[in-house]
Amino acid sequence: MKLTVADLKRGQLGIIKSFSVDKVPLKLLEMGCLPGNNVELLQTAPFSDPIYLNINGCHLAIRKETALQIEIEII
Amino acid sequence: MGKQINVALIGNPNTGKTSVFNQLTGLNQQVGNYPGITVEKKEGICKLSRGLKAHIIDLPGTYSLNASSLDENVVIELLLNKNDKDFPDVAVVVSDVENLKRNLLLFTQIKDLEIPTILVINMADRMQRKGIELDVAILEERLNTKVALVSARKRTGIEELKELILNYRHISTEPCLHASVMDPEYFGRLRKAFPNQSLYKLWLVITQDVNFGNVNRHSLTSDNSFHTKSNSDLKRLQQKETILRYQFINGLLKEAMTVDLSTATDLRIRIDRLLTHRVWGYVIFTLIMLIIFQAIYDWSSYPMDFIDTTFASFGEWSRNALPPGSLTNLIVEGIIPGLGGIVIFIPQIAFLFLFISILEESGYMSRVVFLMDRIMRRFGLSGKSVVPLVSGTACAIPAVMATRNIENWKERLITILVVPFTTCSARLPVYLIIIALVIPNETYFGLNLQGLTLMLLYLLGFGTAIGAAWILNKILKIKSKSYFVIEMPNYKVPLFKNVAINVIEKTKSFVFGAGKIILAISIILWVLASYGPGDNFNKAEEIVTTSHTNSQIPEQELEQEIAAYKLKHSYIGIIGRGIEPAVTPLGYDWKIGIAIVSSFAAREVFVGTLATIYSVGSDQEETIKNRMAAEVNPVLGGPLFTFASGISLLLFYAFAMQCMSTLAIVKKETNTWKWPMLQLVIMSGFAYVVALIAFQVLK
Repeated sequence: MKLTVADLKRGQLGIIKSFSVDKVPLKLLEMGCLPGNNVELLQTAPFSDPIYLNINGCHLAIRKETALQIEIEII
Repeated sequence: MGKQINVALIGNPNTGKTSVFNQLTGLNQQVGNYPGITVEKKEGICKLSRGLKAHIIDLPGTYSLNASSLDENVVIELLLNKNDKDFPDVAVVVSDVENLKRNLLLFTQIKDLEIPTILVINMADRMQRKGIELDVAILEERLNTKVALVSARKRTGIEELKELILNYRHISTEPCLHASVMDPEYFGRLRKAFPNQSLYKLWLVITQDVNFGNVNRHSLTSDNSFHTKSNSDLKRLQQKETILRYQFINGLLKEAMTVDLSTATDLRIRIDRLLTHRVWGYVIFTLIMLIIFQAIYDWSSYPMDFIDTTFASFGEWSRNALPPGSLTNLIVEGIIPGLGGIVIFIPQIAFLFLFISILEESGYMSRVVFLMDRIMRRFGLSGKSVVPLVSGTACAIPAVMATRNIENWKERLITILVVPFTTCSARLPVYLIIIALVIPNETYFGLNLQGLTLMLLYLLGFGTAIGAAWILNKILKIKSKSYFVIEMPNYKVPLFKNVAINVIEKTKSFVFGAGKIILAISIILWVLASYGPGDNFNKAEEIVTTSHTNSQIPEQELEQEIAAYKLKHSYIGIIGRGIEPAVTPLGYDWKIGIAIVSSFAAREVFVGTLATIYSVGSDQEETIKNRMAAEVNPVLGGPLFTFASGISLLLFYAFAMQCMSTLAIVKKETNTWKWPMLQLVIMSGFAYVVALIAFQVLK
């Protein structure tokens, strides 16, 4: 099974592996969400949606539907 | 008359771009709208030297030149259109030292447009605390630009920045990253087809779906000299562009920046742990909303009362000071109260925007969006709709203005359309008097029935707003990006200057925007109420006096009776009696009809109008209440205000769109009469139907 950002638990760290080109908004890439970068889950709202991430020093929140599109490797 | 150059301030959101703008221009700025759209256009003047002024435009914040909103389109349209009168001679890209990597992405894009570009690194005062060291010389050399280290907060570096702007001609226009490395073959063909254009500009024209003045997208894409790519190929190339740019930036920052994490102290994690907590986050948010609500509802009542009495005594004074005549009447009864009706909203607007600016500036607003997004999304609203909806409970006008923070147009429009359903403070006097009349003052199980009714009315307003949002979300077909990416900026102490300028701007935009319409409508309503056709109106005095020739009544009572008679035969009275057949099924008579018609000026007018019609001298609540209780239903007999007609009236006021000030501000915020007119017709129509059903079922 593939692991995605949505599988991260609070405080857990992962490395972005890849994502589906058409489903992830370009804006997320521009904010630093690129393959090879670290991603840390800082906080989740109730129902785990949206989630609050630290991607390579950039703090941002995305919805679960987007998080499911970003494959990671947990470290 | 000195020379003037155009300067465009560009930058990511939350970089302190507006603080830099405020430092450069001070109060020497103005806010308008870009023609045809509701994006704010901020511009100001800054004196550079004796002979040279800079005309500075604060462009909307954007993360890149790949636009995803109207705000961002504005940036690209300006930068690509050399014929625009605002086309910048020099671009100033504002970045934040803590997010330099991300900020440089936009910088390299602007640089590639071959416009002289200065890099401002803002919040330089934080460098030490964050353990950041920068080699400015390397940055300047590799980026082919000039760098200004600025702290808008500590007011350092601004003079140096002005100096750089002054000498903009010395800045190289050489791009950082040649667009052709993305796909040499494709860009080679592009170069051949359009040898005179900048390649990166062409690339933007192809990928961005925005309006361009001089370069037409269609002529470009329909040109057969090279075949265009499919959308998904283009998107892939855009991703490649982003990755290439980041590679360049990473390489650069490896040389030019060192971060010593051991000296960095980070408060944000601890604050975030509390403010975005699943339980405490909501508790704190509720407390903050309560304070805001308290401020708009309660604290602003003092300045509002003061404004009210000031305008009333000013009116009295003018009546005595001016020669009697219709012009004086127009001034005293039409214009002065009309102006008062505008000024009275200023305290509420100022208070709300004081809080909103502080919440925005401090970085807390992003946390609110994070907390509320999931709940509000279900109804087609945004996490940011919460503040307008709650402040709508005080007054819909500042609430509609507060929706400007919502970037997604569909979510913003829905919020604007449903806000007037929430129970605003102007409904309160109407509710109180009707509840006192028709709901028994009794207590069951420790609950006072009157209080319970009032609470139900508040819940009804909020519930209707949410329900309407849900329906609008289903039926409105507006193309808008559905994805959601929000930056969670670091916490900052709000800058007084930024907050103050924002409050002043918002208040000004209400007074001069919606104010004009409010004044016009109040004058029209005054004319309708003060003039009437035929003898019944013009000879009202004679008619009433003659009817009392046999009996002696006190002069004051006589005057009141004349006023009531006049109102009955004025144009508005004729309208009121004209709509009587329409309001009878709701359980009302023509007098309530008039009160409803004049309530379209503002709901709270209801009580005052009834006071005039019933010729009660003072608008003391108790007196009017007794007078209302004695009214007889002309059709059914029995008291006019029964449980059935009372509930019907309450429901009518709960749903009807009866506030021209709100309509005016909706017109201003949506830039068209379409939406306020739809609100007026649909909300009032719905109110009519519900009130009709309520009366017919309950009577």
